[in-house]
Amino acid sequence: MDDWGCGVRLEPLANASPGRVLGVTLAALGLAFVLVGAVFVAYGQNPLEVYRLMLSGTLLDAKGWQEILRRSIPLLLIGVGLTLAFRTQFYNIGAEGQLLLGAVLAAGVALFLPLPAPLSLPAMALAGALGGALWCGLAAWLRLRFSVNEILSTLMLNYVAQSLVIFLINGPWRGKDVRGYIYSDRFAEYQQIPVWAGSSVHWPTLLLGVLLALVLQFVLFRTTLGFRMRIVGENPGAARYLGIAQGRVLLLLALITGGMAGLAGVGEIAGIHHRLIEPSQLSSGYGFTAIIVAWLARGHPALVLLTAPLMGLVLAGGDLLKVSLNMPFRIVDIFSGVILFCLIGSELFLRYRVRWGR
Amino acid sequence: MSALLELKNITKRFPGVVANDKVSLEVYPGEVLALLGENGAGKSTLVSILYGLYRPDEGEIWVEGRPVRIASPMDALRLGIGLVPQHPTLVGRHTVAENLALGIGSPLWPAQRIGPLVERIAQGYGLQIDPRAPVFQLSPGEKQRVEIVRALLRGAKVLILDEPTSVLTPQEAEALFRVMRELRAAGKSLIFISHKLEEVLSIADRCTVLRRGRVVGSLLREEASKPRLAELMVGRSVSFERKRQSAALGEVVLEVDGLRARSSRNLPALQGVSFRLHRGEILGLAGVAGNGQSELVEVLAGLRSIEAGAVRLLGQPLPPSPARLFDLGVAHIPEDRIQMGTVPSMNVAENLALRTFDRPPWARGGLLNPRAFEEEARRQVQAYAIATPSLRTPSRLLSGGNIQKVILARELAGQPQLILAVHPTYGLDIGATEQVHRVLLEKTQQGSAVLLVSEDLEELLSLSDRIGVLYRGALQGPFAVEEVSREAIGLWMTGGVA
Repeated sequence: MDDWGCGVRLEPLANASPGRVLGVTLAALGLAFVLVGAVFVAYGQNPLEVYRLMLSGTLLDAKGWQEILRRSIPLLLIGVGLTLAFRTQFYNIGAEGQLLLGAVLAAGVALFLPLPAPLSLPAMALAGALGGALWCGLAAWLRLRFSVNEILSTLMLNYVAQSLVIFLINGPWRGKDVRGYIYSDRFAEYQQIPVWAGSSVHWPTLLLGVLLALVLQFVLFRTTLGFRMRIVGENPGAARYLGIAQGRVLLLLALITGGMAGLAGVGEIAGIHHRLIEPSQLSSGYGFTAIIVAWLARGHPALVLLTAPLMGLVLAGGDLLKVSLNMPFRIVDIFSGVILFCLIGSELFLRYRVRWGR
Repeated sequence: MSALLELKNITKRFPGVVANDKVSLEVYPGEVLALLGENGAGKSTLVSILYGLYRPDEGEIWVEGRPVRIASPMDALRLGIGLVPQHPTLVGRHTVAENLALGIGSPLWPAQRIGPLVERIAQGYGLQIDPRAPVFQLSPGEKQRVEIVRALLRGAKVLILDEPTSVLTPQEAEALFRVMRELRAAGKSLIFISHKLEEVLSIADRCTVLRRGRVVGSLLREEASKPRLAELMVGRSVSFERKRQSAALGEVVLEVDGLRARSSRNLPALQGVSFRLHRGEILGLAGVAGNGQSELVEVLAGLRSIEAGAVRLLGQPLPPSPARLFDLGVAHIPEDRIQMGTVPSMNVAENLALRTFDRPPWARGGLLNPRAFEEEARRQVQAYAIATPSLRTPSRLLSGGNIQKVILARELAGQPQLILAVHPTYGLDIGATEQVHRVLLEKTQQGSAVLLVSEDLEELLSLSDRIGVLYRGALQGPFAVEEVSREAIGLWMTGGVA
């Protein structure tokens, strides 16, 4: 292949073995940690010390574990959906907005729909899934009907969703007893998702996420619907040739991935915050971090069960740095950004073998 | 006379294969050396080594009696080695002169002074090109001429032509050969890469045949013959007697009447095409790519809507759905076996089931049965002698011939009424081509009707009962194959009147 003039050449690789994929992925993660380490050095911290603190404060600590799990729940739900979407080449980067829409609809049900107590939470979950699904479905419809690029439309819809939430909690949905704050009224006790004692791990959502990851893995590889999705995603030309209704598959997929993000939104407000709050506090970028989660899982929903906690660890560790080392809040974004950067860069090594010298 | 270019024991290994195994050859000034071999024989690797894209693991290259190192295309050009690639690498929006000035013109207004130079070179060798024409307006043959001029401008003494006729009409190929003879007369050395035996015999002074990375024979033109070269290429004797016995025609399977359709860019692509296709008949469709063949096949495969006219399959109007059509017995061997005919990332078993995955035994109640996938696939792999490491190998790892066999096995399972075969042997080696032809003839014998679209006139003439030619969306013919000549078909392909 190309000659870079310094004795490095790339030779196309027919098929990357699972071992190679794992090795390259781990190497990319390792490199990311080294690069972020340089940022720590710039802050005058010993990176080894920082990482030791991150690990001991999370993995070796009961509270830390709870924190990882709490962070993993939305990442798991959104990540599973995105894995499916990316696999079908529907590049949904609007999970953040879909999460917010899910939260809005769930909050609407909680605040304004008088329902018998036992029905309340299921109704909120349904409404939330519907909200996310519709928000994403809108982008899918735009693509099918007017060929609007979904990367742009889903991204833009994020801002619309954010503005919608801010409008609601500033205006019509603003709580009666909130004084100077802007958020909605608190949900009733029965509208809150139960948590493990003493933590904010809302386990029913976690359970749902694990279940959905396994179910979608099964759907993708063991059902005719999944077979169709894979054909559409992996070769649209073949889908056309075979007469598979691509539009329908795409729309269904968009609804699933949006719905999962919507569920994550329900989990956040009904499990943790118990009211509709400002978008930046409600989500802290789960919709974007989940892109990394999905990318790492490389098209396998079940693998999100591993990759979501990994990013959960990064997020929880980042929080710790903020508190213990007084680092700025944005350090977590740098972390995620560098990891994604390294991962995407590492794709090269899955497609080519690098040769040194002549 | 001493050799201009000499390869001595060139070896190049890739993981799992030896692409070139101690290849030695020499080229003298003023001769055409044909490099002949099937796909995967190592021709492209050898070209890449000569042009500095790969470096050999072992062996030496000598130019004009001195050993050289070719580390990049720049080195190759400096040594007087030029490449005319199979697919042109020109900038479409730029003019011919601007393209030619790339890399050699002066930094300011590079294309300005190159015009006269181009014309002088072009006229000297009978290469007609207009330096001011934008490249996207040129035909494939013209683009190729630009590539040749480019190599000559860079001072090439050895010109490598990589499968140059694969994109040309017979007339254009003839024009290319005239240019090649001029170049040879002017003392240039030409290396002509091909797997078409007729062409090699008509232009080459010597033929070197590669098989599995090794030189298996070097013949002078006088010693070479079609059977001899084919035997060297394939490693066994090859039968060229494929001409089918014309069977008595059965009932009409496909009726096309005054068919009009538009292209994807919404331009008229078919302008009133009519023909009948009978059971047990092969109808060949010739034409330069882009004259409506794709659109016609797409209409018949349910992929494109009919603007006007009628198409009837066994007397019934054609349903506009590829899946329904498959159920009615329409098999479609598509033009693009990678982008359409298979899902390259899916495995062989899955690719064999692309049409039928949602019915028993492959699936019941929406659930797939992996064991059924494997069982059915094993049978097909055996029946069609598909060479694959396993049933779980992604199809993109198979050779072109084996991918095509996967498609054939899938499409021809059962007894199709109508087979739409588009360039079914494009890019396949002789062995695989033979097998594809045999399968098509077998199915015809058993009563299928075949519409064969091909750019290979030999193939059309040897398989078809009748031949039609599409030019700008209008059909000439079909004519009984005994009544048409190659020349007439060639003329119709370019819009001439025979």
